[in-house]
Amino acid sequence: MSAHGPIPVLRIGSTLLASIQVELRDTIADAFQEDILKMIAKTGATGLVIDITGLEVVDSYVARVLGDTGRMATLMGTETVVVGMRPVVAATLVRMGFRMEGVLTALNVEDGLALVSDLLVRRHSGGH
Amino acid sequence: MAPCVLSSEKLVIACEDDVVIARRKVRLLAETLGFDPFTTAAITTATSELCRNTWIHAEKGTGLVEQISDGGRIGIRVELRDDGPGIADLDRVLAGGYSTAKSLGLGVSGSRRLTDEFRVDTVVGRGTVITVVKWKRPT
Repeated sequence: MSAHGPIPVLRIGSTLLASIQVELRDTIADAFQEDILKMIAKTGATGLVIDITGLEVVDSYVARVLGDTGRMATLMGTETVVVGMRPVVAATLVRMGFRMEGVLTALNVEDGLALVSDLLVRRHSGGH
Repeated sequence: MAPCVLSSEKLVIACEDDVVIARRKVRLLAETLGFDPFTTAAITTATSELCRNTWIHAEKGTGLVEQISDGGRIGIRVELRDDGPGIADLDRVLAGGYSTAKSLGLGVSGSRRLTDEFRVDTVVGRGTVITVVKWKRPT
């Protein structure tokens, strides 16, 4: 377990699980993005699950940082899934007109980890 | 008939933490008044967007968080006021997706979509006042 800043990151095999449990100020969100990308490079993680169960309010800036982080990690070659979005958060973001494009989501951590491993299996079997 | 103000609390926006403090205040008021979770999230998120806009574009500003009533309903009114640069292209900003700073350009258009009443008064070079209202849904 490693805690760069207030967001703990757990390593499960070759997948990193980041659990955001604090209310995100903009600078903490920015620092998280940078830290997690560095951690991927350092650990060679092939999967990343970002758990946002703890977030009761996600505004457009935080949503953008989360989406960007997912797209950046994916670009690096790490299968990334954002999990645990609360119903009120999903409803609020859609009503605002926000689209989390290019990022996979799953209901909870368990589903997210399963999705990551499915994607990795598919990648290694050469399928799409 | 103009709604009557039942309570009023001041906001000061001068740094990033003030955005967090403002949305906590609004969230607490919404919960205290018995707003449902979706309506609470809507006014809290709209407040967050508007406060961030004040902080980013004007660096500082002031605001009010008010409990209001129009007789039948109770609601929350949030007002943000700054002496910043003003919004030059208001139509584009209201349409959304037009970003001049960080974020997605959903701040103003998003908070408009999330609230029941939305008013913006802006003069380029003078400042901006944005007021939003969210009414409690009948239970």
